[in-house]
Amino acid sequence: MTARVPLRPLPRILRAREEGQNPDRIERENLARRHQADRDRLRVRAESRLLMLAMCFFAAFLTVGMRMASLAASEPEEPVIASRGSALLGLRADITDRNGRVLATNLNIHSLYSHPYLVVDPEAAALGLSEIFPDLSAEAALEDLTSESNFVWLRDNLSPEQEQAVHDLGEPGLLFGDREMRLYPNGALAAHILGGARFGREDVDFAEIIGVAGVEAEHDAFLRDPANNGAPLRLSLDLTIQAAVEEVLAGGMEMMQAQGASAVLMDIDTGEIIAMASLPDFDPNARPLPAEGVRPEETPIFNRAVQGVYELGSVFKLFTVAQALDIGLVNPSTMINTERPYIVTRERINDFHYYGPEQSVHDVIVHSSNIGTARIAAMIGPERMQGFLRDLGLADALPLEMVEAGSARPLWPNPWREISTATVAYGHGIAVTPVHLAAAYATVLGGGTRVTPTLIAQDTPPAPGPRVVSEEVSAVMRGMLADVVTEGTATMAQEAGYPVGGKTGTADIVLADGSGYAEDRNRTTFASVFPALDPQYVLITTLEEPWVEIAGNVERTAGYTAVPVGTAIIRRVGPLLGLRPEIEPVAGTRLSSASN
Amino acid sequence: MTEIAHGTVIVQSGEAVLPRWWRTVDRVTIGCVLALFSIGILLGFASSPPLALENGQPPFLYVTRQAIFGAMALFVMFAVSMMRPVLVRRLSTIGFAAALAALILLPVLGTDHGTGAVRWFSLGVADVQPSEMMKPVFVVVIAWLMAASTEVAGPPGKTISLMLTVLIVGLLAIQPDFGQSALILFAWCVIYFVAGAPMLIVIGVGAAILGAGAVAYSNSEHFARRIDGFLNPDLDPTSQLARAGEAIRNGGVFGAGPGEGSVIWHLSDAHTDFIISVAAEEYGLVLVLVIIGLFATIALRAFFRLMRERDPFIRLAGAGLASLLALQAFINLGVAVRLLPAKGMTLPFVSYGGSSLIATGLTVGMLLCLTRVRPQGEIRDYLVGRGRG
Repeated sequence: MTARVPLRPLPRILRAREEGQNPDRIERENLARRHQADRDRLRVRAESRLLMLAMCFFAAFLTVGMRMASLAASEPEEPVIASRGSALLGLRADITDRNGRVLATNLNIHSLYSHPYLVVDPEAAALGLSEIFPDLSAEAALEDLTSESNFVWLRDNLSPEQEQAVHDLGEPGLLFGDREMRLYPNGALAAHILGGARFGREDVDFAEIIGVAGVEAEHDAFLRDPANNGAPLRLSLDLTIQAAVEEVLAGGMEMMQAQGASAVLMDIDTGEIIAMASLPDFDPNARPLPAEGVRPEETPIFNRAVQGVYELGSVFKLFTVAQALDIGLVNPSTMINTERPYIVTRERINDFHYYGPEQSVHDVIVHSSNIGTARIAAMIGPERMQGFLRDLGLADALPLEMVEAGSARPLWPNPWREISTATVAYGHGIAVTPVHLAAAYATVLGGGTRVTPTLIAQDTPPAPGPRVVSEEVSAVMRGMLADVVTEGTATMAQEAGYPVGGKTGTADIVLADGSGYAEDRNRTTFASVFPALDPQYVLITTLEEPWVEIAGNVERTAGYTAVPVGTAIIRRVGPLLGLRPEIEPVAGTRLSSASN
Repeated sequence: MTEIAHGTVIVQSGEAVLPRWWRTVDRVTIGCVLALFSIGILLGFASSPPLALENGQPPFLYVTRQAIFGAMALFVMFAVSMMRPVLVRRLSTIGFAAALAALILLPVLGTDHGTGAVRWFSLGVADVQPSEMMKPVFVVVIAWLMAASTEVAGPPGKTISLMLTVLIVGLLAIQPDFGQSALILFAWCVIYFVAGAPMLIVIGVGAAILGAGAVAYSNSEHFARRIDGFLNPDLDPTSQLARAGEAIRNGGVFGAGPGEGSVIWHLSDAHTDFIISVAAEEYGLVLVLVIIGLFATIALRAFFRLMRERDPFIRLAGAGLASLLALQAFINLGVAVRLLPAKGMTLPFVSYGGSSLIATGLTVGMLLCLTRVRPQGEIRDYLVGRGRG
């Protein structure tokens, strides 16, 4: 046997030495045998290792081959006709106004695609298509129709006229797929509220519709839920009133040469938004894409009423005075020091008009005295003031049913310094959206319980929210706002044809870079309730950079800009809301000193 | 008479060189190589015109070049396969010294062709990639060292070979060329494995490779980007990998037909690293499986022939060369089907590329030489036993 050759064959060597032979030969021979034995052992081991290697490589090549086969056998990812009946099914529910009139619905149309291998005459077809679709060049169409892939999308949706024209080409390689298109039959009406929709996942015979903004996005899941059985989403809007508000607001914006405008008409008890407009607007059937390099608030898709977080000015005085009355710090006839200037930590607070060294609380509101409001705020103190604003919902993002609402958080002074208490009292240094303001006005003036804004029609009146101010304070504030219209800063509102209570606000526009306030560029607001003493509706009208020339003077304050526009809206929608006119229109405009 | 007693194959003294070569060489492997080379030319007709046109050359320039390089490679292959193993070993040792010198000089004299990796010597007419030439001669030298270490009182071949390996892997890694360094490292491991490495060490080396991969991943952006691209399941549809996969899918079983493929217009490496996707798109799964089968045949035949080999050097060198070839093919194919991370590696004989082609010819030539039928003393096994106690 060759195995286990001894390291040195000592017995043999010893024997050889005894016999006088050369032991080296024996050693050499032993070495050769050991070598041979090693080699044999190694070879046996190498044999199995080579077999293992061979198997490894075989397995590796087999894996690659199988992977190739599974790839080759898998379907190309382009959609194919056979995929009908996939998961992409179901209708998107309609959206209606509170009376069931359609705001958004679906239209059956067709998409256009092609199997290039079926195309008989690609040149003629390409030429024909380029005539039907002006934005499609004949070269591009020809490239598509002669492409080597077996499926080409040509158009997402066709109008019926285009579809007929494509039919008339008589090209068998041009095929139509079923589509549903989201249609907003009223065009730009309530565009910001509805938002818009786009196609999601596409199949040959169906394309998902996905809401991209507004209630379409917020209620996307509801609208797509087949379990609703096509039940429409009923909004709180009234189509007629919405149209009237938009029309009057657009006219007012033009007359006041404003850069933008918004109006919010809210039911004072339920918080339902009856109409809400933001101008400029857009057509949700062709929602514009956000443009590069343009700030979002400069595009038409920006909703000023819901997304616009603005300093709104003197309209906030209502809250300061209401709180002071509610706590019992003052009563309407309490005299407040309005000597000018009022200096708070080296900051100087001034009034637009000087009405003497002392005014009653009532007159502070009617004449819109910054000094008087700031002094009342000093009595309230910052903690109580912040708590009150929080109770009014002015600290949190709007609970409104639109995707945009969640991102519009009010901006509060940070840090809150002593001067902040004074400025916030008359609406500076704090920024909220017009809808925030509408809800807070509804809360204070509608009986004192918290009102939550909503865009969904409420079949039963919602339970009253937590009490914020007492019934009595609410009534007193209504009276004061009515007096603002009859003798104060909003006298133009007497033209409404209805008794109106309201408060004006004129605020300098904050520069886009946040460095300060613009000169001669105001945002004017008229926050109104009507009918004045038993209000049913809140209307917030806001204009951006309005100006109007009256008797040779350029006027920019709310009394000359937002008030007449708001008044025109009330005048127009009052009858539509079924309100009975209570005062006779006075002939001629009684001009009085208007201020912020 | 002695000859007959030692081997089953009769070696007639004075037999002419060519008839003896034809009788003893692995003719099936030669057939496989010729088939692969023909497929490479065939695919070159489809895959290289876009590149040629882009470079303002006649459309089939690269096919012509590939044919010329191919002829040179086949010449090298046949010439080497006729040598005696000892001559192969000696020439390889000289070649190894030259290649090592070239690798060391590369950072000084080499060019990167704008790829960020200094891998080539620009020789005017053609570029030479020393790392390609290094692989086969490296395998032979390592096998020689390992075989010597199995001799009683032989030199410490395993240690020396490991040191050489580390040196070369280091030189390749600074280019950087992780693909080639992985191949070199793998070749050493295979040879050590066949030479009888203890299983514990085999497992240990496996762990060390994983560790080295982790270090490379965290320290080299070049490397990390490729791995990230592999781990990310969502491919950018315009990336090379996605296009390659799409091409395989488009081809189906029988392919779109010659000249009908579109992948060549989208893949910048269609003629080199992603040649298999061209094959798949135009000729379908059938040709792909043929290519895989040819590589598997070459490798497996070599392993089975080497299992009978008595000489440790020949066994180790042959195993190393066959593994090198098979692994390179496997990596190239595996990348195209996303079994492996993207790694620029040519498909031997099929991909375009002069250095690669000639080096592959050298590799297969050596392999053919080492797997030639030789007297193996098998009769002794029957008479004396096979070394089992």
